[in-house]
Amino acid sequence: MTIEKKINELNERRKKVIAGGGAEAVEKQKAMGKKTARERIQALLDENSFHEYDMFVEHDARDFDMDKKKLPGDGVVTGTGTIHGAPVAVFAQDFTVAGGSLGIMHARKITKIMDYALKMRIPLIGINDSGGARIQEGVNSLYGYGEIFFRNTLASGIIPQISVILGPCAGGAVYSPALTDFVFVVDKISKMFITGPEVIKTVLGEEISMEDLGGARVHSEISGNAHFFSKNEDECFASIRKLLSFLPWNNSEKAKLTEPAEPKLGYDIQNIVSDDPTMPYDVRDIIRAVVDNSDFLEIQEMYARNIVIGFARLGGRTAGFVANQPNELAGVLDVDSSDKAARFIRFCDAFNIPIITLVDVPGYLPGVDQEHAGVIRHGAKILYSYSEATVPKITVILRKAYGGGYIAMASRHLRADFVFAWPTAEIAVMGPEGAANIIFRKEIASSENPEETRKKMVEEYKKKFANPYVAASRGYVDAVIEPRETRKMLLHALMVTENKQVSLPPKKHGVPPF
Amino acid sequence: MEEYKLLKIDDTLYRTHLSGKFLNRKKYQPVNPGAVTSFIPGTIIDVFVKEGQSVKEGDVVVILDAMKMQNRLKSHLEGIVKKVHVKKGDRVPKGAVLIEVEPA
Repeated sequence: MTIEKKINELNERRKKVIAGGGAEAVEKQKAMGKKTARERIQALLDENSFHEYDMFVEHDARDFDMDKKKLPGDGVVTGTGTIHGAPVAVFAQDFTVAGGSLGIMHARKITKIMDYALKMRIPLIGINDSGGARIQEGVNSLYGYGEIFFRNTLASGIIPQISVILGPCAGGAVYSPALTDFVFVVDKISKMFITGPEVIKTVLGEEISMEDLGGARVHSEISGNAHFFSKNEDECFASIRKLLSFLPWNNSEKAKLTEPAEPKLGYDIQNIVSDDPTMPYDVRDIIRAVVDNSDFLEIQEMYARNIVIGFARLGGRTAGFVANQPNELAGVLDVDSSDKAARFIRFCDAFNIPIITLVDVPGYLPGVDQEHAGVIRHGAKILYSYSEATVPKITVILRKAYGGGYIAMASRHLRADFVFAWPTAEIAVMGPEGAANIIFRKEIASSENPEETRKKMVEEYKKKFANPYVAASRGYVDAVIEPRETRKMLLHALMVTENKQVSLPPKKHGVPPF
Repeated sequence: MEEYKLLKIDDTLYRTHLSGKFLNRKKYQPVNPGAVTSFIPGTIIDVFVKEGQSVKEGDVVVILDAMKMQNRLKSHLEGIVKKVHVKKGDRVPKGAVLIEVEPA
């Protein structure tokens, strides 16, 4: 054979693999609003940067007539490319080939690219679109899942791991995304569940649609399994690229600096917050008023809205924001918001991202449902995550900071590096009404006009304790600042803490209340 | 401002939005020690007691099939069966009251 012939043969072989499951299957895929595996990778990565490996991998299963079936690429595309010019590792399950089912060689392609990502210290992005285990391969597909989960865990905290759910992801398969840092879902395309609607119907007699059981909206709003929700695939890929623009490529690097930029005008920070602690506002307006370009990437926007988390930049440096949201459930801490914030704090800590905490918290949400759902255990996650975090921790107390909520929200006592408070801050053991009712119970009950006495006592308590100066007199607050000074102080604090060094007592690992 | 609802925490009323999850939270039901309930959704395979019959603590009153397992549900106390809510073949959700026993 001449070299030209051999090259022709290579191209023929490539063509066959790239055709995936064939024209009919590809057409079906497109009819569902879905791109093919390779189109997805192209859309996600920098133009023409993708290089595919293991194209010619084949399964060698024999049972159930599998020996007669050719599965191009064994139903998964793997390779490396670049995003914002920096290398990333990718895999994308190909639903057009045997429903993207996971057999042993399919799994080995995935684990090979995972090992590669970990060794090279580059982010891993996995696109999931699979019917599940390849039943014909039996326990070998279980081996495959287990090997993937194990690697997800090993790589956790070393390289950013992103899961994109662009089709079904059911049964055991859901646990790989669950072990990764960020899960992206797309409306009407993503489906995630442990047991599907059919099993639920036969076993339990409960009828539910796939969408209502494990659609994109459910995981974004109710379960909290998803971090980013998009209307279509293109929007999803754009938001993955945006997220990665804020992140370092691994845990020994810092996020890339960008050109510093002033916040966009249109927000006057001083007029957002009322000094009446019972009046709501959108805390995201405060974040946008202080960060570069007013550009804030919110994470888990629809889940546990009473706490806001996300990334932004100050003076070109990435920072993670955690903020109570008075607009939703008065900004209380509860089971879901504690869970949401704690995991984010740990991500920031693992990847050298300073944490800026904005505090306006009335306390924990009362209720039997909260107590029985384990608000003690879940609430403890916030304390644990903040205490353990050694990245720069900068706290701004905007208004209320009452009781346990005050301690939990990156207080000095959990080793915040800087605690600033606005003049509107009320740092106290509880709100004035509650405190006055307890402290002056006797006086109120025995007075001629209890309601009037109560009001007087509440006013007295407010004057004495509902301010930042008691905490400042003990050094729990470093500086009381004007709202308009906030950006300046944050920039300074980030600069001062840039080379922060602390070490925790050596241990194998802690035992967090997770 | 009208779209905001009130939420009371430590005697203070806050204006805020209330999430669907918060509004749909389950109301607490006090535990009735005489009730034998399904701890898991499933199908009733057998009912061993009739109304008016006396039972001892630990008597198996119902067999509930769930997740390929036949679960023997027992009376928590000694007494008289006041009410039988299920029969053989019924499908029950989680937490349904199957049998009520009145303490002796």
